[in-house]
Amino acid sequence: MSATTAPGAGAAGQYDDVKTDPVSSWADERLGIYKGSKNLIRKVFPDHWSFLLGEIALFSFILILLSGVFLTLWFNPSMGEVEYHGSYLPLDGVSMSQAYASTLNISFDVRAGLLMRQVHHWAALIFIMAIMVHMLRIFFTGAFRKPREINWLIGFTLMVLGLLEGFAGYSLPDDLLSGTGLRIASGVILSIPIVGTYVSYFLFGGNFPGHDFIPRLFTIHVLLIPALIVGLVTAHLILVFVQKHTQWAGPGKTNDNVVGLPLLPVYTAKAGGFMFVIFGVVFLLAGLVQINPIWAYGPYTPDQISAGSQPDWYIGFLEGSLRMMPNWEWNIWGHTLSFNVLIPSLIVPGILFTALAVWPFLEQWITGDKREHHILDRPRNRPTRTAFGVGGITFYGVLWLAGGNDLIATHFHLSVEALTWTFRVLIFLGPVIAFWCTKRIALGLQRRDKDKVLHGRETGIIKVSLEGEFTEVHEPLSAGERYRLTAHEVQKPLELGPATDENGVERPGNRALKLRAKASEAMFSDHVETTVEEYKEIEAGHGHH
Amino acid sequence: MTDRDMETDHLPENTGGAGHGAVTTVAEDPFQDPGLPAHRPRVTDLDPRAAKRAERQVALLFMIAVVGVIGSMVCYTFVPNTKVHRFTGLGTVNMNNLALGLCLGFAFLALGCGAIHWARTLMTDVDLVQERHPMKSDPESTAFAVSEFKQGVADSGFTKYPLIRRSLLTAMMVLPLPAVWLLRDLGPMPKDALRHTLWAPGMKLVNPNTGQPLRVSDVTVGTLALANPANLNDDPDERIDNLAKAAVLVVRLPQEALKGSEAQKKKQWDWSVDGVMAFSKICTHVGCPVALYEQQTHHMLCPCHQSTFDLSDDGKVIFGPAARSLPQLPITVDADGNLVAVSDFREPVGPSFWERG
Ligand code: HEM
Ligand code: FES
Repeated sequence: MSATTAPGAGAAGQYDDVKTDPVSSWADERLGIYKGSKNLIRKVFPDHWSFLLGEIALFSFILILLSGVFLTLWFNPSMGEVEYHGSYLPLDGVSMSQAYASTLNISFDVRAGLLMRQVHHWAALIFIMAIMVHMLRIFFTGAFRKPREINWLIGFTLMVLGLLEGFAGYSLPDDLLSGTGLRIASGVILSIPIVGTYVSYFLFGGNFPGHDFIPRLFTIHVLLIPALIVGLVTAHLILVFVQKHTQWAGPGKTNDNVVGLPLLPVYTAKAGGFMFVIFGVVFLLAGLVQINPIWAYGPYTPDQISAGSQPDWYIGFLEGSLRMMPNWEWNIWGHTLSFNVLIPSLIVPGILFTALAVWPFLEQWITGDKREHHILDRPRNRPTRTAFGVGGITFYGVLWLAGGNDLIATHFHLSVEALTWTFRVLIFLGPVIAFWCTKRIALGLQRRDKDKVLHGRETGIIKVSLEGEFTEVHEPLSAGERYRLTAHEVQKPLELGPATDENGVERPGNRALKLRAKASEAMFSDHVETTVEEYKEIEAGHGHH
Repeated sequence: MTDRDMETDHLPENTGGAGHGAVTTVAEDPFQDPGLPAHRPRVTDLDPRAAKRAERQVALLFMIAVVGVIGSMVCYTFVPNTKVHRFTGLGTVNMNNLALGLCLGFAFLALGCGAIHWARTLMTDVDLVQERHPMKSDPESTAFAVSEFKQGVADSGFTKYPLIRRSLLTAMMVLPLPAVWLLRDLGPMPKDALRHTLWAPGMKLVNPNTGQPLRVSDVTVGTLALANPANLNDDPDERIDNLAKAAVLVVRLPQEALKGSEAQKKKQWDWSVDGVMAFSKICTHVGCPVALYEQQTHHMLCPCHQSTFDLSDDGKVIFGPAARSLPQLPITVDADGNLVAVSDFREPVGPSFWERG
């Protein structure tokens, strides 16, 4: 069944009757395409719904590129003031930037312009959502383990670039909402110690908002970041090809093979089809559901604001972080340190993102595991990692909710003050509770798996014995299912030998090792193990009855 | 079965590099791998009629895509862009946009569903197995690459001529500096621009909408008025930048409403005209314009992060992330009874910055 064992050199004349078409031959003689593609054509890809998340990101990005190019044909990234006289009558005669005026033009006077703006914006939201969920999938299944740490870092960078790109794009139309976002960004930059004022002056070309920022942002948005994203996505995909996709445990699947369907035709058809499904969904959204109606916000002016306005969802966590922070500010030696801005907008996200980026290396240091891993973990079988992940999501979630505290307050008739205090407590308590609950749940699920393996699956059929005793009939699992449920290592905590050797000399790196042992203990002390011996015992027991 | 090729040289204790005593024990898969399950044929594998039906379904989906694509071009041409319609649930909808979205959306969906249906019903679903190989290079390649590299380095004399080596490294180190240096002209030096606004002695407060000078009688207790400096439009190029610092709000407070120390109350009253007083509109948190005025309490709220300032207590922060009071602009009346500034703000307005002090 092994599909592609690529042929080496054969006997002369053996391949004489292989027909090639002239175009491919022409290309082959110049590029060596047969050599290059022989192992690719039938490359095997494992299939699972969770492997589609990255594809959603990829396909929505393609749509972003296409719709973005369309928008550049009319968008005018200039902060020069003009008086508007287009088809949107409520703003007739209003003075505004050319960026805003041209976005109105795209929305009302260019046919399909509104559609493409909405496609672009919906695709952007889906893109970032997909990247994040994809990243969580990688995290919870341990797909970041060796040899895929580099791809984890590439993916992480892509996520950060996606956030920046989204914020940049969202700021381009220069409407009241996006200008307010930039105003906040400029305030955040000003809070950076020592260089903040200079950075802000250099970025904005002087005072906020100045005349330079939108043209600069435009170049960053349509050239710099997209080029980086395209480059990194390419590297990301090449690595997926070279390292081959991970797969779930199951009968016939080992750490040394890949089981799935071939690139040509099945995977190509499915992935290609899926791409068009994503396109279809985004176009339907763009046709049916209005997004970012910039005409309703009006042009940006620094002395105006609309209450209850919200940024795009992926900026929400920063917004919430800023909102819940107590107003700490220090004045030392004639200098101002705005912890009220610095901590929530730069330090907290910095820590969150750094932790995310280094997780694979941290985990590897704790486990000391330097083997390659191609079989995915079920989240329940790695309770501590899973609990960390859920704790992190909870942290992010509380920040995000706090970003909508005014909306929550008005909707549920609560005071913003009480809500803010709730969030201030929850930001510490929430992740801890989530961590603890997740770990319990994961261990519970492990126990259930063990039960299933040892006693079989509940059938729902109730048997009455002659003595009148009711028992539920348990149907033993198939060998394949039993294997699927147990085919994972149970990692034990690191055990330390004596701290000194026979000569009483302390072992090198003792401190780090002790720390590692502690971390390992925390990570692996709880687990549920299913052994063949237990199974055999129970089997033997059944035999007696 | 327990030794499922768990190559001992890959076990952590050997390569963990943690030194003596570091042993991470790893249990093995307790049950044997029964191997790949046998392929179960689908209806379309067994019944040629089912396969034929699937073929027609796929073709139908592809043809729907063709109709949708052509439909989109027809709609582009014939549905006017200016036509709007109210739908319950969707709000006011631009008909051209709706038609294009539906045509293209369904075209793409049909195309995608067709391809997937084709793959699921008619293409092979027999799992293939391919081997994985460790990413690590085999020893032979490693040895070859290492020796090639050594040869290359030796040929260059990089290790032999320290002067070249060190000067090259130095050159490499200074090389990136221009990448920062040459960006100097991105913007002017901030100097003390953040400390100044357009407000100056005698500068009239004007209504932003009408451009008319503001008078004491225009501001009653409980109303919130906005004001710009009269010279805001003098330099149209700088108008928005200047506005971003100079925007003020004007309220009127009865003297007995003032709170705080006597000195503070006196200052606040002295800087007002009969209780008509001007505060910076720019939030001291990160610079949004404050906007919501609560008449009874004289609280001013910033909608961005809900910092709340008590105007009757010299603009102090009573809630939220802002750390500093809203600066008050000292005002008086000129000979014609118009409100004018006594001076610029006495402290920088807006967000904090390092040099602010
Ligand atoms: C990951 C990639 C990208 C994301 C997340 C993204 C996101 C956004 C967002 C949210 C907007 C605001 C749209 C609105 O509601 O009006 C925007 C505007 C814009 N984008 Fe992008 N974008 C991306 C890539 C691109 C690319 C590659 C191009 C061009 C080649 C582009 C061109 C534009 C233009 C011209 C605008 C302003 C036009 C307008 O707002 O109508 N974008 N982008
Ligand atoms: S800008 Fe006013 S509270 Fe943040």
